This record gives sequence, C-alpha cells and structure tokens, in this order.
Amino acid sequence: MKENVVVIGGGVAGMEAARELLLLGYNPIVVEQQDHLGGHVAQWNRLFPDISSAGDLVRTLGDGITDANIFLETKVTFVNRLQNGYLVMLSNGVNIACRAILVATGFKLFDASRKEEYGYGVYDHVVTNADLESWFNGNDSDRFPAAPKSIGFVHCVGSRDLKAGNSQCSKVCCITAVKQAIEMKERFPDARVFCFYMDLRLFGKKYEDFYIRAQQEFGIQFIRGRVSEVGETLEGRLQVKAEDTLSGKPLKVQLDLLVLMAGMSCNPEVAELARMARLDMDSDGFLRSRDNLGGINESNRPGIFYAGACTGAKTVPETLAEARSAALAIHRYMQGR
Amino acid sequence: MTDFGFKLSKSATLDLDKADTGLYERLCSLEPDARICMNCGSCSATCTAAPFSGMSLRKVILGLQRGQDVRPMLQGCMLCGKCSMVCPRGINTRHLILTLCRIYD
Repeated sequence: MKENVVVIGGGVAGMEAARELLLLGYNPIVVEQQDHLGGHVAQWNRLFPDISSAGDLVRTLGDGITDANIFLETKVTFVNRLQNGYLVMLSNGVNIACRAILVATGFKLFDASRKEEYGYGVYDHVVTNADLESWFNGNDSDRFPAAPKSIGFVHCVGSRDLKAGNSQCSKVCCITAVKQAIEMKERFPDARVFCFYMDLRLFGKKYEDFYIRAQQEFGIQFIRGRVSEVGETLEGRLQVKAEDTLSGKPLKVQLDLLVLMAGMSCNPEVAELARMARLDMDSDGFLRSRDNLGGINESNRPGIFYAGACTGAKTVPETLAEARSAALAIHRYMQGR
Repeated sequence: MTDFGFKLSKSATLDLDKADTGLYERLCSLEPDARICMNCGSCSATCTAAPFSGMSLRKVILGLQRGQDVRPMLQGCMLCGKCSMVCPRGINTRHLILTLCRIYD
C-alpha cells in the first residue's frame, strides 16, 4: 500500500513534486482549484531564458503524473491534526488521511487596477504582462492595436510598493519585460519600445545577455524612472509621464500600448489554510519557511512542506528545483530520518 | 600678480568627505520617511511645477544627502500635494516639503 501525500496546488510546483513523489513510491493526491493543471505557467506563452514553450513544459510535467490522483476544481475545506499526521477534507467530499502535506499554493498576480494612476481598466490600451502572454497565445483582443508605433513597459507594478502592501521585489518582471519587449519588437520592427524601470534586476543565467540584445539588436530604450501617471489624448493615444531620473527632467511620451508588469503578491487564500494548519505567515503575507537558508521547504509544523512561490517570488527553474527538493524532504520525513 | 588670463575652475566633484549633511539629518529626525526615498522619480514626474521651475523633490532629497543647497529648487513648489499620491513608498511628500521649509526658516 503506497502512502498518501496531499499536494495542495496543481501548478508547476505541485506537478513536479507529484512526479518526484510517484518515483519515490508514494501516492500523491494533487488538489487544484482551477479546471486545469499548470497554474500561471499554463496561461503563459514562452518562458525565459530559452524562449521555450510554456505549454510544452506543462504538458511534459502532466505526462509525468498520469498515475497520480488529481482532483481539479477542488478546494481544501479543512485540515485536522491527527495523532500521527493530518486529515485533509476536500470540497468534493473526499477525506484523506496522510502523514505529509505539500503546500504548493503559489502566488497571486498583482491586480494592476489597484494602481489607479496607470489606468488599467480605464484605458483600453493599458494591458498587463499576463494579458500580453494571453494575446501571444492567440487570444485576440481589440485592446491590442494592429500596428502600434510605440509601446511601453512599466516595471515594478505592485512590486517594491509599500503603499500597495507589497514591499518585495517580484524578481521575474525585469527579465519578463525585456523578453516581452523583444517579442513585441520582433512582431513590430518599426515600433519604438520603451522600458520604464527603477532598477534593472537581471540576476539570473543569461538575463544580462537578454538586456544587451535588447539594446544592441532591438534598440529598446531603457528609461530610469517610474511612470507616475497615464492619460489619454483626444486621438485616443496614451500619454505617459515619468521622470527621466538620469537626466533629471520630467519626461512625456505618447504610446499606442502600455504593458504593466504586474508582480507576484501572496495568495490571500493561503491565510485560511495557514489558520487551519497553524502555519506561520511572514510579514509579506507569504508562508514562512522554517529557515530561509537550509529549511526553505519546511514549515513550522511536522509533516507540512512547502514548494514554489507560496513562500515568495520564484522563477520557474527555482520552483521546479524546490519541488524536487520538497519531495525528497517528504521522503526523508516518511522514513523517519 | 600678473594676470595670464587663466583661472582655476572649481571642481564639480561631490566630495562626500566635505559634504555637510546636517540639514538632511535634521530633516530625517523630523521626517523619518525621508530616508526611504528610492529615487524613482514618481514625484517629479507628476509634479505640476517641475516642467517650468525645475522643482524636483527627488533632487531635493538627493541634494540634501549630498550637502547641497536646495532652496532655489524648493521655491518652485506650489504645495499641491500631487506627489504624495504617486509615491510608491507612501512618503507624505507635501508634509516633508513643509517641514524642510520650516527648517530653512
């Protein structure tokens, strides 16, 4: 009889961990509230740094877990502490007794309409990074002009923003903006493309190469200043204001499309799970790891483990590595080591 | 002394060893939020006076940190408070400017 492990969340973290748990001889039960696996990645088009297909990644991960129990459109309604483990109750009426739970509840994309000065939801041609990926995926929308002459990207929308309650850097937006700026320039070679940034944080493997290519091959202009307000001209173009902090002067430019790089914020629904299972939350609303160096996969409760963006902003490769390491941590825990 | 028609130009280098940041420290003691400015420029981008007067709260704070006289710039402020609406760090910028004016008085 294979032992149950409840995996809460069927994004890439939950999928990769479930695959590893299967290989280690466990019976992972993936609980996903959406009607599909893959989470945010399933909505994306192409992923940095290799511009590989997000759909292919989700399909590959899905192929690895065909033997797992997967409950879609299902939520965890209650977690009970048993003498030697947990009883997890699901919204579909299934109750699961298990010794280990993996929390892989991910993040929530920041709601860009909360930054009212950027006009998301007010002006048609202000879109988010997620809207753009959806459009790349072939979901046509008249919010995207047929032949834009100038396009802007705003970094740090809802990231590093104390006022919005998100002080953390979302980590992936700088490179995503550079990637999307290049992709737009490839589609519209004659368009002028601007990236408005506060700091460029291109820390990962090949990220800096992207930045150089964006400047050298694609002529993308990087402006160090946070966009402060967006308006619309009589002709229906977007009027964007920022300070060019390097020349120290206010700057304005008219754009046909403005892409807001909405950041990663904590998943608010995880607070309820944390309350039921008595998990510690961090000041940023994400779950708190037992130790941010050596115990990132571990919670403050025995048998409850973490993987992916439920503990903070992560890239896809970081999430997948954490998922595999969480599976091993669970294996060690089950073996009593 | 014979005038050869040459003169020494004053160096434009910001000499942090000689910069007097007393005013900045006083501002910070009264307005601790002055320390959390990250120079993003939102305030000066949205400033109604900036395009005409050269006012930039970002440059005011930076100037104080470098020990410069920021009074001429400060005089351009009309205290409309628009900057306080866009500051991502939630600094009460209008209040900060008023405090700075009081220090100068």
